[in-house]
This record gives sequence, C-alpha cells and structure tokens, in this order.
Amino acid sequence: MLSIKELRVAVEDKEILQGITLEVKPGEVHAIMGPNGSGKSTLGYALSGRPGYEVKGGSVAYDGKDLLAMDPEVRAREGLFLAFQYPVEIPGVSNMEFLKASVDAAREHRGLEALDAVSFVKLAREKSGSLGLDAAFLKRGVNEGFSGGEKKRNEILQMMLLEPRLAVLDETDSGLDIDALQVVADGINALRNRERAFIVVTHYQRLLNFIIPDYVHVLANGRIVKSGGKELALELEEKGYSWIEREVA
Amino acid sequence: MSAIEPGEFKPALFTQTNAARLAQQTLPLPWLTERREAALASWLDCPWPTRKTEDWKYTSLDPLTKGDYLRFNDSKTPALPASLYTVAGLAASRLVFVNGHLAPELCSANEQVDGPCEATIVRFCEANNDQRTLIQEHLGSIAKLESSLFTALNTSWLDDGVLYHVPKQVNATQPLHVVHITTPNRQPFSVRQRLLVVLEPGSSATVIEHFVSTDEQQSSFVNGVTELQVGDGAQLHHYRLHLEEQHSIHIGGVYAQLQRNARLESFLLGLGSQLKRIDLCVQHQGPGSYCQLNGVYLPKEHQHIDVHSTVEHEAPHGTTEEVFRGIIDHHATAVFNGRIHIHPQAQKTVAALSNKNLLLTNTATINTKPELEIYADDVRCAHGATVSQIEEQALYYMESRGIDRKEAEVMLSFGFINELLNKLSLEPIQKLLRPVLTEWFGRDSALTRHIE
Repeated sequence: MLSIKELRVAVEDKEILQGITLEVKPGEVHAIMGPNGSGKSTLGYALSGRPGYEVKGGSVAYDGKDLLAMDPEVRAREGLFLAFQYPVEIPGVSNMEFLKASVDAAREHRGLEALDAVSFVKLAREKSGSLGLDAAFLKRGVNEGFSGGEKKRNEILQMMLLEPRLAVLDETDSGLDIDALQVVADGINALRNRERAFIVVTHYQRLLNFIIPDYVHVLANGRIVKSGGKELALELEEKGYSWIEREVA
Repeated sequence: MSAIEPGEFKPALFTQTNAARLAQQTLPLPWLTERREAALASWLDCPWPTRKTEDWKYTSLDPLTKGDYLRFNDSKTPALPASLYTVAGLAASRLVFVNGHLAPELCSANEQVDGPCEATIVRFCEANNDQRTLIQEHLGSIAKLESSLFTALNTSWLDDGVLYHVPKQVNATQPLHVVHITTPNRQPFSVRQRLLVVLEPGSSATVIEHFVSTDEQQSSFVNGVTELQVGDGAQLHHYRLHLEEQHSIHIGGVYAQLQRNARLESFLLGLGSQLKRIDLCVQHQGPGSYCQLNGVYLPKEHQHIDVHSTVEHEAPHGTTEEVFRGIIDHHATAVFNGRIHIHPQAQKTVAALSNKNLLLTNTATINTKPELEIYADDVRCAHGATVSQIEEQALYYMESRGIDRKEAEVMLSFGFINELLNKLSLEPIQKLLRPVLTEWFGRDSALTRHIE
C-alpha cells in the first residue's frame, strides 16, 4: 500500500529526513517512535505534501502511484489522512462546513454523490457524540478556542468521516488526559480493518497500550535506526532513547 | 452667502458654488433656517479637499466633481421588489426612502402608538413643538459643521429629516429600519438624508440604516448624515449597511455622543463603489461609556471605499473596542483610518483597535493608518493593523482534507469576515448579509457551496 524508499526531506535547506525506507501493507499498524527532533513529524508532513517540505531524494509509492507527484488535496482524496499534532485554528469557518467540504471532496473523487445536508449533519453528530463532543462544537469555528484535547478529538472526528485508507497520526496522544486518550483510541481502533493502515507517530509508549501496533520503528537523526514488534516500545519506555542512539552511533 | 447670485439654477458640474445654488432651490423649514445658513457659509468657506488634504489623502473626489449630480430627483417612485427593502425575519418599524423621498406605501408602521411613554419616529417637517426643541438641541451638536465638509453640505441642503426619539427608561423592542433605495434615472441626481436618534437616559433601541439600490447601473450621489445621542445608561445597537450598486457615490457619516455609562454597539458593512467615504465619529462624553465599533469593507474590481473612524475619549473609564476587516480584490482600493484620541481627563480608558486586511490580488491596495493620541497617563491602549494574503497554514490544513485550493481560499476569506458577522446580535441581519457576501466571493457556486 505504501512503499517509502530512501526518502530524504529538507526544511529550509536543512535535511531532516536522511533516507527513510518503510513498507506498510493494508491492515497494518506501524508505530514510529523517537526522541524530539528526530524527524517524526516531518515524515507525516512530507507524506501529506505540506509546502516547504522539500523532497531531496527517494520515492513514495502509494497503491503503486507516485504520491509525491500529487497535490496535497489529491493525496487526501486518494485516502491519505494526516492527524495533525497542532491542528490549525480557522476562525469564521464553521467546523460543520469544513467537514462537509472535506467529505464532499472525497466522495466526489470516488464518483459518489455528495451527502445531503440533513444526512451529513446526522452523521457528524453521531460521530462527534461517539467521541464525547457536544453537537454545539460542530457549529464553532474550526478548532477555534478548542482545548488541546478537543482539537485532537476533532482530528479523529475528521478521520472517522473521511474514512481514509492510510492514516498518519502525529502525536495524537499529546495533550490528552487518560480518559480522553481512551476515547480517542477507541475511535481509532474502531476504524482498524484489513484494508486500512495506520502510521502512529508518538514520543511515548503510552498510546501504544491502547493502539497495539504490529511494528515499531525508532527514528533518530532522520533515519529509522531500529525496527521490531510491539515489545520494542516497552523496551524504549523502560530504557529511554539514549541506548539506541548509543547503539547506532 | 453674498458670493452666490440668486437666480435660476441650472444643473452643472459639482462645485461648492453650484451645490450652494442647489441649496437655495430647496425650501428650508423656517425653524431650521439659521442652521442652514451657517452650514452654507461653512460649506463655502472650507477649502475643497485635494490629495494634499490629510483627511482625503487617499480618496479622490474626482468621480463626484466630474459628474452632473447637482439636482434632486423628483420622479415617481418606480415599482420595487419587496426583497429590496425588507429583511426576512426582522420585525421592525420600517421607513423607506426612494431616491431621497419617503415612500409611505413601502413603510411599515410602528406597532406602538405615539404617546409620551413610547418611542417616536417623526419627520422634521411634521415635528411638534417638543420634538422641534429636541431637534434644535441635538441636531448639528453631534455632527458638527467643522467635523466634515460633507456634513456642512448635508446641513446646507436640509429641508427634512427623521427624528427617532426613545424616552427615558423605554426599551424599544422593535428596531427602526431605515432603508434608502436609489434607482436609475434619466439624469444623475443627489440625495440627502438626515437621521437624528435621541436615546434618553436608561432607554434602549436598535437602528438599522440600510442603503441599497436596484441592480441596474445608476448615477447618484448620496450624502447621508446620522447623529446618535446615547443618554446616561442608554444602549444603542446601530447597523449601517452599504449595499449599493457600484456606480452610486456615497459620502456620509455617523456621529455619536455617549453619556455616562452609555453603550453603543455599531456595525458597518460597506461594499465598494466608484467613490464611497464613510466617517464614523464617537465621542465618549460621559464617564464609563462603552463603544464597540466593528465593520467590514469589501471593494472589488475598480471600486474604492474609505472608512475614517474617530473616537474621542473625553471622560474617564471609557471603553472602545474597534475591529475592522477588509477584503480587497482585483484593482480595488480601500482606506482605513482609525483614530483614537484620549484626552487628559480620560483616565482609566481602555481602547483597542484592530484592523486586518486581506488582499486577494497583487493589484489590490489598502491604505491603513491607526492613530493613537494619548494625553492621559493611566490608560490601556492597543492598536494594530495588518495586511496579508490568505494564511498558508490554514490553506494547507484544508487542502490536507481534500478541499480544493480555490474553494479553500473562498472559505477562508469568507471566514475572515464571518467572524464579525457571527457577533451580530440581530440574526436576521446575519441572514441578510451572508448571501450578499457569498455572491461577492464568487458567482461560481462550486466555490461557495459550503459557506453557510
């Protein structure tokens, strides 16, 4: 489904990712862990096509297509979703119209009819309810004045509505208390199936108690320095990141 | 006055002398004659603004002076669709003027009976003695002749006007909706409008001034001056909506005086036109008064709009919250000048002015100038003006959700304005303005389909 080969990405001429290779198959959950500044967020941004993230080399194939050649909105419509670490506030644009525009765009791309307003509102209310978000929240400006936890839940709400095929979750656990984490994890787990893959980027092992990964990769200095099963996360939690940095040095 | 020879007036180019001649063609109300004469003298004395006049630095009066506007329209009121002068869901007392003339058949009467305890709406020409006294007391003391050349012009042409009077402790539940409509005419013409609102202590009211026109290209010059007197502890919501066809010229202003603990919440929306200039002047005269001054201006194509706001804090403990936003498209130009003047005695003033502008093209122009003048030492003031293009962060966020870039741009621009619309306390006005803006942003419905 996703095949990243020797991907190198620079931001303002500084090479952050220095040759990432990663293979993700349908149904798999990959956790990317690593210390601050290792390039975890850069990977998500590069995959989603954020301006300013310049690909210096390597390739990314998504369902056999060249992902890097697509505009960000096309990547999204093709089923790639990035849950932002810091979701953007857009005052004046209501969450509802934002969600409807996203879902309509995705459906249109797949040759489906747009949902009528009433069905959409019903669906959005149902999904936001499952995340413990009040319906009034849909009328507010996108992320405007939301708490950290509300912003993260709003990201998951978008994911639930867009039903992506590949979701990249960037530090979705940060800023969440334990109850909110459970709600968010339940939302994510409910979407797990044999067709859908996840890349879960996190600094802490905590999230992986809720979302059990198939693979864990450790990113350091712009490279994947170690890969393993879910037990690798526990080892990291216990020993910290420094032993890996020493090991690869 | 002696400079003007009496005699038959022939419409001619817009000059001070010609405008003064036109004044002499109108019949003054005898009890306002002195004021008119003073205004006429002031109008004639004031040097004509040029680009070197600070207040007119970025706005040229050429469209006015090049046109043949100096005549009043006396043709019959054409048939007009109700959608032009009604606002869905708004229960209001409505006054409709068409090309400067009251159109009684389009007005809707105030449910309240005229009586000592109720709000009254009366034309100057029909005012009783008490009402005349009120008019004499306030007219021209809020919008002073020296405040603007065009206020002097307005007063020199004064042969009628509207007084809205809300007595002490009266809560006028129905808003007053004053609609000014212009329509095409065989010849260009001028329209003068004067509104005086007097809120006695402890009263409250809502006033909507709604300038609109039929869609056809037209040639009119509207000079509207509004005076608002907000008494001790009184509360006024004021809306001024400029939705005219883009060839009509408007030069006018809103002047307010706030007494002790008075509250004014004001909102201006201005589409552009070949020449549009609006002055908003608020005087905090009594301590503890509060003023919210919000507005939006949206010129496009080759339009121009100039908003000059002046807030005078003359008493302590006053508050001003001023937020203006502009979106300028194509080759249009906008001017925003926001002055806040804190006098020495106005201690404990809190004043904030924010002006944000969005330029949609490289050829759009904004001249923005916040001016703070502070002569008191114990005050809190903030001001800021920004000019930007659409925020890349937000665009990317929307694109990352599959939204087309063009549509995202429209949604973001609309959102920029919608933030202020959402704060309007009258929902029918929000509902009136949203479609106007949607149309402004594009007739391509694919781009505006998600705007609510």
